Amino acid sequence: MQPTAKEAHHGDAHAHAHHEELGFWRKYIFSTDHKIIGIQYGITSLAFLFFGFCLMMAMRWQLAKPGTPIPLIGGMLQSIFKDMASGGIMSADLYNMFGAMHGTIMVFLAVVPLGFAAFGNYVVPLMIGAPDMTFPRVNMASYWVFFLGCLVMFVSFFVPGGAAQGGWTSYSPLATLVPTDGQTYWLIGMVLLITSSLLGAVNFVATIIQLRAPGMTWMRLPWFVWVQFVTAFILLLAFPPLEAAGVMQLMDKVFHTSFFLPSGLVVSGTPVDVSGGGSPLLWQHLFWFLGHPEVYVLILPAMGIVCEIIAANTRKPIWGYKSLVYSALAVGFISFIVWAHHMYVTGMGTKISTFFQTTTMIISIPSVIILTCLFMSLWGGSIRFNTPMLFALAFLPMFGIGGLTGLPLGFNFSDIALHDSYYVIAHFHYVVAPGSIFGLLAGVYYWYPKATGRFMSETWGKVHFWLSLLFMNLIFQPMFAQGLAGMSRRMYDGGATYAGVLDPATGDVVGLTKQMIGLNTPITHAAIALGAVQLIFIINFFWSIRNGEKVKTDNPWNATTLEWQTPTPPPHGNFASEPTVYRGPYEYSVPGAATDFTPQNQPK
Amino acid sequence: MSATTPDEVHKSVRKYLAVFIALIIGTVITVGAYYVHLPSVAMTIAVALLIASVKAFLVAGFFMHLISEKKMIYGILVATVFFVIGLCFLTIWSMHDFPANMNHSVTGQM
Amino acid sequence: MDIPYTVHPRADTGLYNAKVGIWLFLASEVMLFGALFSSYILLRVGAPDGTWPHSVLNIPLGTLNTIVLISSSITVVLAWASLKLNNFARYRVIQSITLLCSLIFLVIKSFEYRDKFAHYQVVQKDGKYVDGHLTGSVYLDADKKTREEHGFRGLSFTEGPKGAQKKFTLESVTVNGFEAKSLAEINNPKVGVHHEHKDFKIAAAQIKKIGNYGPWHNTYMAIYFTLTGLHALHVIGGALVIGYIWGPGAAMWKTDPERYINRVEVSGLFWHFVDLVWIFLFPVLYLL
Repeated sequence: MQPTAKEAHHGDAHAHAHHEELGFWRKYIFSTDHKIIGIQYGITSLAFLFFGFCLMMAMRWQLAKPGTPIPLIGGMLQSIFKDMASGGIMSADLYNMFGAMHGTIMVFLAVVPLGFAAFGNYVVPLMIGAPDMTFPRVNMASYWVFFLGCLVMFVSFFVPGGAAQGGWTSYSPLATLVPTDGQTYWLIGMVLLITSSLLGAVNFVATIIQLRAPGMTWMRLPWFVWVQFVTAFILLLAFPPLEAAGVMQLMDKVFHTSFFLPSGLVVSGTPVDVSGGGSPLLWQHLFWFLGHPEVYVLILPAMGIVCEIIAANTRKPIWGYKSLVYSALAVGFISFIVWAHHMYVTGMGTKISTFFQTTTMIISIPSVIILTCLFMSLWGGSIRFNTPMLFALAFLPMFGIGGLTGLPLGFNFSDIALHDSYYVIAHFHYVVAPGSIFGLLAGVYYWYPKATGRFMSETWGKVHFWLSLLFMNLIFQPMFAQGLAGMSRRMYDGGATYAGVLDPATGDVVGLTKQMIGLNTPITHAAIALGAVQLIFIINFFWSIRNGEKVKTDNPWNATTLEWQTPTPPPHGNFASEPTVYRGPYEYSVPGAATDFTPQNQPK
Repeated sequence: MSATTPDEVHKSVRKYLAVFIALIIGTVITVGAYYVHLPSVAMTIAVALLIASVKAFLVAGFFMHLISEKKMIYGILVATVFFVIGLCFLTIWSMHDFPANMNHSVTGQM
Repeated sequence: MDIPYTVHPRADTGLYNAKVGIWLFLASEVMLFGALFSSYILLRVGAPDGTWPHSVLNIPLGTLNTIVLISSSITVVLAWASLKLNNFARYRVIQSITLLCSLIFLVIKSFEYRDKFAHYQVVQKDGKYVDGHLTGSVYLDADKKTREEHGFRGLSFTEGPKGAQKKFTLESVTVNGFEAKSLAEINNPKVGVHHEHKDFKIAAAQIKKIGNYGPWHNTYMAIYFTLTGLHALHVIGGALVIGYIWGPGAAMWKTDPERYINRVEVSGLFWHFVDLVWIFLFPVLYLL
């Protein structure tokens, strides 16, 4: 498609351009405005991000000091979970529950809604020059279904027996046979969350296809829009199989069917009274059919944010825009056929695991291209080291570590040794925590002035950044060592049970060494410190709404993309008049131009 | 949509009725094939699924106008069909590719 | 600024918004049902020989429902064509047939469900099976302990004799059906239906296990109820939307007819998809 500003014939411009003043509830709570919905998603998911982190801090305490009461919140845990936290000490069941819910909350209630729904909702329509999403009411429904799902997940902590304990992956038969209602709540919550993200995904794809402003051709889309497009497609097509699986496990749980329960199942010496004939592996396949593309749902939006911030703060075009676009598409496409590399130890055969190993290696190529392009973009730039840029810069090596340490897990022979160890934890947390979350925090600092008209405090932002970077690495770096030493990720006492186990034949120590278990303590200290550092961010976030430094122009970062060419904050309907796009997204420091940035809507 | 003028609409209506009759006939054949007991199970399955696919094609093609739809829609659907086949085929393949010495049936009995 | 392309197609894509939206939604529906069909294939292929049931469902009713749904599909598209010809009155009439069809479909489906909940299988202590409908049973008033002893799985659908006490100790159940030596015999596609049905009175002491053909009965019934249940939910959802557009939503025909036609078309696309799913469900669950 050639860019023709003439094709601007935007039909259907109904005459009622006047917007009646909406009441508080319609304007801020049941709003159909994509910006309000984006902020709603943002606040909700940031709250759950912190909540999920708190669950983990309690678990870390138990790992460092097994069997001692958890300080500060021990009493509260005891009053909520009774026997499971008697004396404020975390029991194995409670550890399992917190572990399952930490994973679920961080993935489905925090990082995905923050990266995809919050930033996507707020930024994408602005970037493509659209007045709103294509289906504003569906968009509102999407948020409220999401909210309901969050509520169900949160309430499940308080039902008798507590929340789900079967891990965030909810493998059957374990998850089905845990004799509490938590798993049922989990499944209902998941069905709601999936429904919500389907509604969101339909809206995103339709918006990007239909509502691009005149002249905004596909190859002029900012890369952030491209990754949101790919992410939306992944959610659209990978989530339904998990919804199907969720419904089937719900049937197993509530109606005693046997979709995932094999024949002859015996638990604690008692045969389970079900018809049998089901397949536990079927659950794993359906789960990971979403589960792996989900990884790209977690990382792609963060990469997109980082790309925008790097372009604006190096004052030069992104290196290899086309490569980035095609790589994002390739990642999205291949991500659907790599899932069973999570299942190498299920005993699958050599042919199929070779297939999945091959596709897994292939998908690392576009990922590396993306990272390389972003690194190359720095070269020769006059870099502004502001807070969003610092987070974006840190994203690159952190994601690099996360990605490269994933290779041994993608090869089936090395995965067999590393599977289910702390190495895996360290690997994917490097991708998601100092990776995705740093990217998302960068986005918060970057677009905050657009949403509020004020900057967040730069000084405290930098304090937040440097301390977060330090503690993140102190937490996850030692876990690689622990994992390589063979520490299992499931041990609720931090491996104490296996410490110093002797080989009966030789008398050698074959369990975990004291040093390895000893690493648990500094990790826990770092985790608590990281939690404390986030308080700086939270205070900065709320304090700056009223007290931050005011922006002087609508385009405080001197950026080229369309979201900066609107009033601040953008009104309902976004643009005073429909923008027309004349150029690509990253025209920085164009020779001969008046300024070192040329906005996309500036005529030639 | 293909039909815009009254004439074209009338023409499509005739097409829809023809498709409807074909669908009814397809249903009758499918059920009929069940009652006559074809020689092999494989054949029964093949016939039933073949007819179902033809019926599906008719519904999608004519009732849903897929036969003359825009490129964008084709793109979306081609990707979807690819992934659905991937899901089905790879899952079934991996369930059957177990090392020979492991007494692993598909239903996970050990 | 208002949202563009709500009625007229965008030049470069040739599509109006809702059409893109519905096709995207249908794509995700394809993945949903695709995953369920894949599960069906897997469970079926994995079932040991002779354990996959045949001829459990009522084929004449299933065929009737297929025809009902196909009919509703043609009426949806004819209703849309009537609007295209500016004939609102005819649209109203034809679309009401669609709604009627959806209702008939659901009623027939509920009869089929009800029948399965009354269909029991008893495993006797001598190893023989009795398979059929529970008649004149007083089993369901039995206390919890008796139920657990017999691994009872079922719903309280069958009625006890008039005037039976609520507290009841089980003595026997009566099943109208046939006796078989093994599951394979019941599940054999050639044998099952041709058995002569008669009443079997089974003493409580003889019962090893009793349960109805609910989703818990075996994986076939599980996938049957899950697939048809989800499909029925889609029928209900589709009928509600079409009904809304047909009834209270019809005011739009006066104010914005083109947009109204689009709505009818888009809801129709969803309805055809529901029909399309059934086209596969019917042979797969009823006939194979």
